[in-house]
Amino acid sequence: MAVAAVKEKIASQLQELRKADASLDPEEIVSIVEAIVETIEGDMSAVSLKVYSDIEALARYINTARSEIADLRPDDINAEHLPAATDELSAIVGSTEQATNTIFEAVESIEALAEKMPEEIADQVSTAITSIYEACGFQDITGQRITKVVTALQKVESKVDALLHAFGDDLKPVDAPRQPEKKTKTPSGGPVRPDEDLMNGPQLPEDAISQDDIDALFG
Amino acid sequence: MSTVDMGMPILIVDDYKTMLRIIRNLLKQLGFNNVDEATDGSAALQKLRDKDYHLIISDWNMEPMSGMQLLTEVRADTKLKELPFIMITAESKTENVIAAKEAGVSNYIVKPFNAATLKTKLTAVLGNF
Repeated sequence: MAVAAVKEKIASQLQELRKADASLDPEEIVSIVEAIVETIEGDMSAVSLKVYSDIEALARYINTARSEIADLRPDDINAEHLPAATDELSAIVGSTEQATNTIFEAVESIEALAEKMPEEIADQVSTAITSIYEACGFQDITGQRITKVVTALQKVESKVDALLHAFGDDLKPVDAPRQPEKKTKTPSGGPVRPDEDLMNGPQLPEDAISQDDIDALFG
Repeated sequence: MSTVDMGMPILIVDDYKTMLRIIRNLLKQLGFNNVDEATDGSAALQKLRDKDYHLIISDWNMEPMSGMQLLTEVRADTKLKELPFIMITAESKTENVIAAKEAGVSNYIVKPFNAATLKTKLTAVLGNF
């Protein structure tokens, strides 16, 4: 605000005060204000005022960010979304396991019948059955991949917990917050194993080595 | 002529029942019918100490005791240290294979695998059958 505008505003405010209380002596008010300003001048340099102004802007920014994050309801992520995602993924593992077992039951029945078939046909059936057994390995691989995703979700959950803690009561989670996960226990609660750093699980094709590469390592 | 006893007791170890069933069925197709199962390393170790197995085929990633820990226990046990041990696992990083080899694994199969690979590795470990 320009100096002239400030003066005009102060004059106007003084005018208002005099209207409100005729006994007020403007000179007395002026002397009080001057005394206050003199006191401030000793402590507040231009740099201090700039720093103060920047801190105030930062505080406003933090408050705005805090308010926007609160509007996003991050507590819902831990209370609702992540557990739901984990449940869905577990259900996928359960469903594929159930389906695979049904396939096994059917194939084992066919395998038993193949013993009564003519040899040439039985051989062809046996080859087809072997392919089915091999293909059913997908359930194990997908199960392990999904377990990796669940572990990743648990880590996200820990980070969200930490965020909720950092922002305090405004973003307080619905349930009591968990402590961030420490690597002293496995996902199922067991102690960390000595080969923990080798528990990489299934790799994406570009990261995995082939059976031929493995055979080469065995010389 | 086969020098392999097709009735030899074999222990297969995996925490996925589906995989146990796959391996059991593939072994059956290859002519091995005397197959027992365990779902983690500690259960397997107990079975190994209770019965005289001629081969163990184990997954790696299991709880509470992993296949790698089982391998280490087996190789440290004077009665079990010569037992052929095949690892069948999705752990397909070079560091895993090297670690298993250094721990004394007899052979290593990466998942997903097929019956031909299983037969090749069994032959490499047991001899022709």
